[in-house]
Amino acid sequence: MLKQIEGSRAMAEAIALCRPEIICAYPITPQTHIVEGVGALVRDGTLQNCEFINVESEFAALSVAIGASAAGARAYTATASQGLLFMAEAVYNASGLGLPIVMTLGNRAIGAPINIWNDHSEAMSMRDAGWMQLFAETNQEAVDLHIQAFKLAEEMSMPVMVCVDGFILTHAVERVDIPQQEDVDTYLPPYEPVQVLDPADPISIGAMVGPEAFTEVRFLQHYKQQQALSLIPVLADEFEDLFGRRSGGLLRTYKTEDAELIVVAMGSVCGTIKDTIDELREEGFLIGLVTLISYRPFPVDQLRDALAEAEHIVVVEKSVSVGMGGPLANDIDLALRNMAHPPRLHSAVAGLGGRPITKNSLADLFRQSLVQPWEGTHFLDLNERIVARNIHRSRKVRRSGPIAENLIRQMATEN
Amino acid sequence: MEKDNPMTSETTPGDGVQKLHFYQKGTFTVGNRLVSSDERSVQSSIDRSNALTCGHRACQGCGEALGARYAIDTAMEAAGGNLIAVNATGCLEVFTTPYPESAWQLPWLHSLFGNAAAVATGVAAAMRVKGRREVRVVAQGGDGGTTDIGLQCLSGMFERNDDVLYICYDNEGYMNTGVQRSSATPPAARTATTPVLGDEPGNVFGTGKSVPKIAVAHEIPYVATATVADLRDLEAKVKKAMSIHGARYIQIDVPCPLGWGAASHETIHLARLAVETGFYPIFEAEHGRVTSVRKIRHQVPVTEYLKLQKRFAHLFKGDKVDPRVARLQARCDANIAEYGLLDAA
Ligand SMILES: Cc1ncc(C[n+]2csc(CCOP(=O)(O)OP(=O)(O)O)c2C)c(N)n1
Ligand code: SF4
Ligand SMILES: [Mg+2]
Repeated sequence: MLKQIEGSRAMAEAIALCRPEIICAYPITPQTHIVEGVGALVRDGTLQNCEFINVESEFAALSVAIGASAAGARAYTATASQGLLFMAEAVYNASGLGLPIVMTLGNRAIGAPINIWNDHSEAMSMRDAGWMQLFAETNQEAVDLHIQAFKLAEEMSMPVMVCVDGFILTHAVERVDIPQQEDVDTYLPPYEPVQVLDPADPISIGAMVGPEAFTEVRFLQHYKQQQALSLIPVLADEFEDLFGRRSGGLLRTYKTEDAELIVVAMGSVCGTIKDTIDELREEGFLIGLVTLISYRPFPVDQLRDALAEAEHIVVVEKSVSVGMGGPLANDIDLALRNMAHPPRLHSAVAGLGGRPITKNSLADLFRQSLVQPWEGTHFLDLNERIVARNIHRSRKVRRSGPIAENLIRQMATEN
Repeated sequence: MEKDNPMTSETTPGDGVQKLHFYQKGTFTVGNRLVSSDERSVQSSIDRSNALTCGHRACQGCGEALGARYAIDTAMEAAGGNLIAVNATGCLEVFTTPYPESAWQLPWLHSLFGNAAAVATGVAAAMRVKGRREVRVVAQGGDGGTTDIGLQCLSGMFERNDDVLYICYDNEGYMNTGVQRSSATPPAARTATTPVLGDEPGNVFGTGKSVPKIAVAHEIPYVATATVADLRDLEAKVKKAMSIHGARYIQIDVPCPLGWGAASHETIHLARLAVETGFYPIFEAEHGRVTSVRKIRHQVPVTEYLKLQKRFAHLFKGDKVDPRVARLQARCDANIAEYGLLDAA
């Protein structure tokens, strides 16, 4: 059913259609509207046979989900930013135990400095945690990915994070097609666990494993994610057959066939990038986009195929691995390795802490990569003047004070 | 069997002669086979579930292994075998599940060190939505996993009155990692992180907390302390806890021969002395009120308890009695006064 609806509310409705049995949540902006939405659907009886548990922390939220999932219930939670870090230990635990929990991340920057706005830092911080990570480009895709995520998680017995850009998606009111319950029920069968706590058949889950088998446990997790590379496109096909629209999959290409430059990005910024591409193409710039949906598992072969013919790749990403550069660019580099004539890779970090990513800045970036390529990581729209002043000041004065406050003071006095 | 074991003998004060006297009906004597079958303890039943079975790797004389075996078997009986256990990281978890073995004969889940209470909440909720209300849930952990790193999850579980029985095996330290101080370590006790060095050797006075009291403050339906010195009382408390729904907390004093520096055959003796000195008050509380205490017949001086343990050996080094022994005695006296442990019934 077509609705003019807030992204969070639409996701809440989609999650409810998946019939989770246990929902546990702890509030954090910009995830709040999602869990408030599902909470209301439990309260008003729309979502039957489900317990909504208000817990005292994100660590407890995911721990409750772990217990519920191990006991055979379909479990869901959502968080963002600090909340994901607060539950970090349980994040690794859920995947190590092979529990198919689905968790939404309303992607948000990590402090300090505390910042409630969007970027992908928190998702990246858990990229090695053994969860599958799917990034939504639009609210329609956010809705659809949740439905696919439950199926993916349960078929692989492995948890999935659905990553949606905080505010940009979670708080945007737009037209979304909410699926029908019957269709979701057809697509997503009831949860059939591969391991379950049952007094009739007692098993021990979570026993200690030493050097004699730990590598094998990890290998099997890695193997499963490699298997998921085949399953994710199948789930997207099945979804398309049933719901009549294409959502999800490993990646999506836009005008890449003849492109000499291909941009790689994840999430909602792909919309802006496509608009920029359309304008640049009018100038004759042969440019295209690869939208990466599945960050974990990372589709190395599919990316290599999609990027092989280009001369330049520009990775635009909303996170930075401090001391290294862009983590996505680093991963893309892996996909390009071993090519006979690999395209040249340019790495750009953009939109940190919610900074708007404009078409103008993107267009300049793409043009610059051809005529004046940079070394290392480029920080899009960096205010170089105040950075330089801060570096200068901290060299001169030992007690130069807190960086964030200094920058804000400088900006205030300059304006 | 030790000659002063009160299960089989009793010393009448004054006459200096040991009279053999079998306690029978009306006592909590271990293994009592003369009472009617419905009054019998779980431990004396050949049908006990042995939920924690043999072959685990606990140290000889481990109070935690003993406490867990009795507590879980009682809970198993009360639940008609429909029991799921969630375990925090710690000795109990490690010594029962050395890969690829498990000593547990009930469904058992170990997630993390500090989240057992929350995981158990999830299991209990899942059983409700699955329509399996007959299945009961216990969470269990050491004092570190309960009073320190797990306290937030525990408090959340209490506050929501989730249908979980949480059992804390209190051996007064982080034993699994090599005997470090926890907030349940008593003052003056030597641990690896409160060494016998400096002006105030051992654990400092004026620190630590009582989680049973914190549990009582949550006004949950049932809180009890128990001891491996009185397994029948432990059983009775677990049974009672299992007859109630909602959040319940039982903390069991479980001596640790390794961590306390005591002989492995002294475990029960030490646990009994902890009660009789007033060191470890044994009580029950319901909905925020203390409802019963286990009285002491004769108060034993705390030195008798301390002297059996190397963790307190530094108090008895010189020729002079360390003044901190008196402070520990005062602690015991305060417990006795607070809970009325010597008051006439
Ligand atoms: C988050 C985390 N911190 C620390 C540890 C290390 N650790 C494992 S068991 C343990 C001590 C357990 O002490 P306690 O809960 O009292 O149980 P005991 O071993 O004494 O029975 C510690 C510190 C851990 N596993 N996880
Ligand atoms: S160290 Fe203590 S608690 Fe751990 S197994 Fe040995 S006796 Fe038991
Ligand atoms: Mg301990």
